[in-house]
Amino acid sequence: MADWIEIGSVADIPRRGARCVTTPGGRVAVFRTMEDEIFALENRCAHKAGPLAEGIVHGAAVTCPLHNWVFDLRTGKATGADEGQVRTFPVDVVDGRIFLAREMIAAAAE
Amino acid sequence: MREKLVIIGNGMAPGRALEKLLETHPDRYDITIFNAEPRVNYDRIMLSPVLSGEKQFDDIVIHGDAWYIKHGIMLYKGCKVTAIDREARTVTAANGTVEPYDKLVIATGSVPFIIPVPGNNLAGVLSYRDLDDVHAMMLAAKSRGRAVVIGGGLLGLEAAAGLNEQGMDVTVVHLQPTLMERQLDPAAGYLLGEAIKSHGIKVVTGANTKQILGEKRVEGVELSDGTVLPAGLVVMAVGIRPNAALAKEAGLAVNRGIVVDTQMRTSDPSIYALGECAEVNGACFGLVAPLYDMANVLAAQLAGDTVASFKAEVTATRLKVTGINLYSAGDFAEGEDREEIVLRDAAAGVYKRLILKDDRIIGTVLYGETGDGPWFFDMMKKGTDTTALRDTLIFGQAYQGGSPLDPMAAVAALPDDAEICGCNGVCKSRITGAIAGKGLTSLDDVRAHTKASASCGSCTGLVEKLLQMTLGDSYNPAAVQPMCKCTDLGHDEVRRLIVAKGLKSIPEVMQQLEWKTSCGCAKCRPALNYYLLADWPGDYVDDGQSRFINERVHANIQKDGTYSVVPRMWGGVTSPKELRAIADVADKFHIPTVKVTGGQRIDLLGVKKEDLPGVWADLNAAGMVSGAAYAKGLRTVKTCVGSEWCRFGTQDSTGLGIRIEKFMWGSWTPAKVKMAVSGCPRNCAEATCKDVGVICVDSGYDIHFAGAAGLDIKGTELLCHADTEDEALEIIAALVQLYREQGRYLERIYKWAKRVGIDSIKANIVSDLEKRRRYYDRFVHSQKFAQIDPWEERVNGKDAHEFAAMAEFGVPAAAE
Repeated sequence: MADWIEIGSVADIPRRGARCVTTPGGRVAVFRTMEDEIFALENRCAHKAGPLAEGIVHGAAVTCPLHNWVFDLRTGKATGADEGQVRTFPVDVVDGRIFLAREMIAAAAE
Repeated sequence: MREKLVIIGNGMAPGRALEKLLETHPDRYDITIFNAEPRVNYDRIMLSPVLSGEKQFDDIVIHGDAWYIKHGIMLYKGCKVTAIDREARTVTAANGTVEPYDKLVIATGSVPFIIPVPGNNLAGVLSYRDLDDVHAMMLAAKSRGRAVVIGGGLLGLEAAAGLNEQGMDVTVVHLQPTLMERQLDPAAGYLLGEAIKSHGIKVVTGANTKQILGEKRVEGVELSDGTVLPAGLVVMAVGIRPNAALAKEAGLAVNRGIVVDTQMRTSDPSIYALGECAEVNGACFGLVAPLYDMANVLAAQLAGDTVASFKAEVTATRLKVTGINLYSAGDFAEGEDREEIVLRDAAAGVYKRLILKDDRIIGTVLYGETGDGPWFFDMMKKGTDTTALRDTLIFGQAYQGGSPLDPMAAVAALPDDAEICGCNGVCKSRITGAIAGKGLTSLDDVRAHTKASASCGSCTGLVEKLLQMTLGDSYNPAAVQPMCKCTDLGHDEVRRLIVAKGLKSIPEVMQQLEWKTSCGCAKCRPALNYYLLADWPGDYVDDGQSRFINERVHANIQKDGTYSVVPRMWGGVTSPKELRAIADVADKFHIPTVKVTGGQRIDLLGVKKEDLPGVWADLNAAGMVSGAAYAKGLRTVKTCVGSEWCRFGTQDSTGLGIRIEKFMWGSWTPAKVKMAVSGCPRNCAEATCKDVGVICVDSGYDIHFAGAAGLDIKGTELLCHADTEDEALEIIAALVQLYREQGRYLERIYKWAKRVGIDSIKANIVSDLEKRRRYYDRFVHSQKFAQIDPWEERVNGKDAHEFAAMAEFGVPAAAE
């Protein structure tokens, strides 16, 4: 996992918000919480493929804008009564710069 | 024949006495009141929230005009009594009225103490005593200039906080070394000083005012050390003096105040006195609790009960300044025969001190954490021996018995005579008695019947627990549905507290109202964002991250993640130029679907998110703005062609629709608002199933509201008739403002109307023109900050991060 690729800085993402990274396989949603934790998930709700990056971020969770499913950003698992899972990707933050594993971007492209 | 009771003064003390008297003896007296102030009885304690803008005068009225009429009381407003003739048993008022009495009550209150320094009569030197003073201060505050408050006691600090809230640069000048030295020990006074300073108010202690500077108007204050504080407003709040002049002229016994016995009788057996003007056993009183005790005694006396007598009790003090928790009671001077227990937590800003004598609490000072105040106070009043509790006493009630007590058990354990509501002097048994005896089931019922929790509201939690305890399972606080899982409070309570506590940001609401989650959820955040936006127009900064995606990017998200774009077409009227621009945009951005909506405009569907700013720029260039088709706000105003073309049209319905839409666009509301104007009762614009609908008739405009044609189908209710377009517009704006202030987030107008009742809406909008005007004015004010085209803002670069990927590593194959 030595090969990390920089995707931007923490400041590029609003607190309690998300931005997308495009890859050949689809979009990766990169979230920033109120506490400045950074998480990367597949930008595709497990329910009906809603763009999770457009959802409301609260705590370490996001609510999908289409039908209000809530996903835990740490695990990618749907919370509450809904069952489903979204892929998560490892991220590394160094000095306010965000890195995603290059092979993970490739993996997202499967 | 009924006895004639005359009351001089219409403050809180005589108001309470009358209320008590009328409860038991509604017909005993023929009552006349002379009030030097030109108004009804109001809650003087709540003047500070009026000054700071948290409340309006209407909110603090205790007895409205209707109350006096209902009880057959003659109230002379703005009418000062100038003489009492004890021989003839009459009073004479400034307007020449001579009123005979059998029993007379003097309740002339107090006058502010004006310090005898040069310049104390300059224009711009005010005291802080009644509503007129508050109005004068609010007017002065409009200059946003500098103010000096002389006096760092309870009243002075509340005045300073209020003026600061109104945008003035405030300095408090206080003679003593620490603030509120009569209620606080020096340590708590210091903490208070620091907290006041952190609000942006300057504090000068140990400062003696030498003179007030200025020619005609006040220009500043000079202290005895030579310091000059420039100021356009000086408020003197150094204390009050009993207003006993009238009684003295009438030859009654007067010391500092009008001398009365413990039954409120003056030296003349037909004359009583109570309130701040009275002196009992050498003492005068200024806090509300003992004044209400006097009122109870007087009411009993007037009802023929000669046993009731007044006993001066220790009273507790709280400061009504947002963000500062302060509680003090009793005697806290140090002494050889006294012991003290002190607890400090600097990080949390907590200071607690108990003063004991013979193992009994005789004084309490609490700063930062005041929840145990009533518990300590109760032990103090009862003289409870604290030996057994000594080790953990200072930690409060929850720590007694080793493990934290169940809060219900703690309330159940309170004795029947424990005071629950300090403002109104209501004890536990009075509340539980009223709940059981009168079948009360809600907090509002308890407020209405006992007054408990009706003033400052700090005992609301206790009252709710008493309801729960008394009613058991049949108490359904979930008549109050919590907003969401992040809080136990319902929407209405949250809205009330946002205004009452002056909460102006989402983190502040969550902190002050004890949210259970760190940053809310997708349900409460948009609701709070709306409430703050509606309640603090121009002040609150919209939090985009707390908005649903559609309102954040000003377009409607579709199932595939693309968006739809709907430009405004005022009143459903368009032009060849607009239509050409729409056609060009659809071509240029390969927009797959162009559809006519139900609201008489055109929807462009399937726009990619990154194309939105480009689409908007082209639409803007043709003069079109966002149609807000995504907003919890004003959507469309649908119209028919009206008198301009139609052979049946009675009025210019198209023109009125356009006027309404241009006046109201941009306003955020609890849920979407759709309107329509039909030019005749044939109703081609389908106005009678809209949130607000106008049906034009020959004589003017019938205004309807509360219709629905979605999940529910419901015809509108008739609100009222307007003769002119201007009147119609004022009514509609006032109605929408009332809804903006009362509606729960996502609650459509028809549901709101069902909840609050059509009559209450009519009472605010139709029958009371002054109220209507105030709602209208508030709507107009909020529009100043709302009518900015969000598309244009984003074309110019706002929120650019929304419309571009953070990084691109190849085109997603799936998206095309």
